[in-house]
Amino acid sequence: MTPPSEATEQTPPAAAIRTRKLNFWYGSFQALFEVDLEITAGIITSLIGPSGCGKSTLLRSVNRINERSGDVRTTGTIEVLGHDIHGERVELARLRQKVGMVFQRPNPLPISIRDNVMFGYRLQNPANSRNKSEQEEILEGSLRKVLLWDGVKDCLGRKATSLSLEEQQKLCIARLLPVKPAILLMDEPCSALDPQGTEAVEELIWELRGDFNILLVTHNMAQARRASEECVFMLMGRVIEHAPTVEMFVTPRNPQTSDYIEGRYG
Amino acid sequence: MFSPTALNLRNRRRERWFRSLFLLTTVILVFPVVAILGTLIAKGGPILSLEFLFTEPREGMTAGGIFPALLGTVLLVTVSLLAAVPLGVAAAIYLSEYAAESRFTRVINLAIVNLAGVPSIIHALFGLGAFVLFLDLGTSILAAGLTLAIMNLPILIVATVESLQAVPKAFREACWTMGATRWQTIRMVVLPNSLTGILTGIILAVSRAAGETAPIMFTGAAFFIPVLPESVFDQTMALSLHLFVVTTQVPGVPEALPYGVALTLVGVVLAFNALAIGFRTHLRRRKKW
Ligand SMILES: Nc1ncnc2c1ncn2[C@@H]1O[C@H](COP(=O)(O)OP(=O)(O)OP(=O)(O)O)[C@@H](O)[C@H]1O
Ligand SMILES: [Mg+2]
Repeated sequence: MTPPSEATEQTPPAAAIRTRKLNFWYGSFQALFEVDLEITAGIITSLIGPSGCGKSTLLRSVNRINERSGDVRTTGTIEVLGHDIHGERVELARLRQKVGMVFQRPNPLPISIRDNVMFGYRLQNPANSRNKSEQEEILEGSLRKVLLWDGVKDCLGRKATSLSLEEQQKLCIARLLPVKPAILLMDEPCSALDPQGTEAVEELIWELRGDFNILLVTHNMAQARRASEECVFMLMGRVIEHAPTVEMFVTPRNPQTSDYIEGRYG
Repeated sequence: MFSPTALNLRNRRRERWFRSLFLLTTVILVFPVVAILGTLIAKGGPILSLEFLFTEPREGMTAGGIFPALLGTVLLVTVSLLAAVPLGVAAAIYLSEYAAESRFTRVINLAIVNLAGVPSIIHALFGLGAFVLFLDLGTSILAAGLTLAIMNLPILIVATVESLQAVPKAFREACWTMGATRWQTIRMVVLPNSLTGILTGIILAVSRAAGETAPIMFTGAAFFIPVLPESVFDQTMALSLHLFVVTTQVPGVPEALPYGVALTLVGVVLAFNALAIGFRTHLRRRKKW
């Protein structure tokens, strides 16, 4: 008999994010109802649904940024890679480093490109400011990963806010990488971009697939179809359907899903 | 096809009307400022000299310089800023960044806003009771400076809270998503981006601290002291009070002297403001803010 090895405990859980009976209130307004969701690890999952259905709320619950929105309340559980994020010993800073977020409007900090990318790294390694070569490596690696290095390598001291929106959004992804997130939450990352920018960022997201577990909110059906392997449809704070993207778009099980996909909701 | 309709013409007339109206009000508002500064410079300018600034008054304050008053004002403003700025900014950070929205914090905010409107003579009485008598600081630079600080705290807090809250939420979210704590977010992003607003508060505070007479008359400023203060526990002369004294209390003062004092007072305020702006530029450059 082999003794129960540690390996069995450490095998990665199948779900990147798992919620159970998740309810969420802004004051007395309930935005999420009994959400039971298992986001498969290692793939891109898109989250679709009409405006106001709670997509952002769900996303912002996973890194607990919602808790800063004032009078809010959560019941139910959320596990990230098998760990309860509401546990007593959870350090918010660590959770947020593991669960990075990209916002609808690119929000680089009004400092240099270099400082933006290294911001998280410096938070994590305050004593490590001596090790310049390692920092340069991380800087270059992160910018290369988001296909931005060649464009900005000669002007790393430039203010990040002077970049084009597409570049800013790529930078916002790049700055998450030095803190080694496991999950990337993207809240309509392309909706502020022009078609070209959208295509470029979509391509980038596809590149990042496999290295990160990606949960992508989008209003754009074509994007959900192109860029994701599984798809979650939400309506009025509830999850209506969760299926492989191809299936959902070809043979939706729920009539409400097909109504939405065919454009019968706003 | 593109010729103006009757409505267009009426709008155009209106446009001209309002433009002139706003221009006129601006001119009306700028006029007194220019007139005051012009008079001060014309009448007080000739008396200004290094000797005037850096010697003591003679012959019952009708001749000589104003150095004790100038030094006194600089000391009072400095003491009040040293006390009020750290306290005010810290309180503002707490109210804006840490305190949860509740009835308690709303009451505190309301109290602070109302405190900013309390007449300075009330602060003077508070300073007399709290610093001069209760803390037993005597009538001294320290007591007067602290009184000015108390007077200025509400303005500083309100200005700082407003400028902190003007920092876009997107900046804060950017910090959070990289794992920054509240304090890291405040220090690295919120404060640097609200510096201009905080500075505006400080500049207002300087002007009030340098210009007020009532609060310091009760707590640390004297009509006339022949010697310079040796420590913050001494009394001092001050420009604002000196201006009042030579204008109304002493006979036989040459006409130019009060104007010279007033001009110096304006100069001190401007110098402090320049210092504040220089400080900001320095911070910006050093931290790449
Ligand atoms: N801070 C808040 N306070 C109160 N209600 C809120 C807050 N944020 C969102 N809501 C409400 O919660 C509901 C869900 O909002 P959420 O932003 O999650 O929707 P969404 O699906 O992301 O919509 P969109 O597609 O427009 O981004 C909406 O009805 C919204 O009005
Ligand atoms: Mg949203």
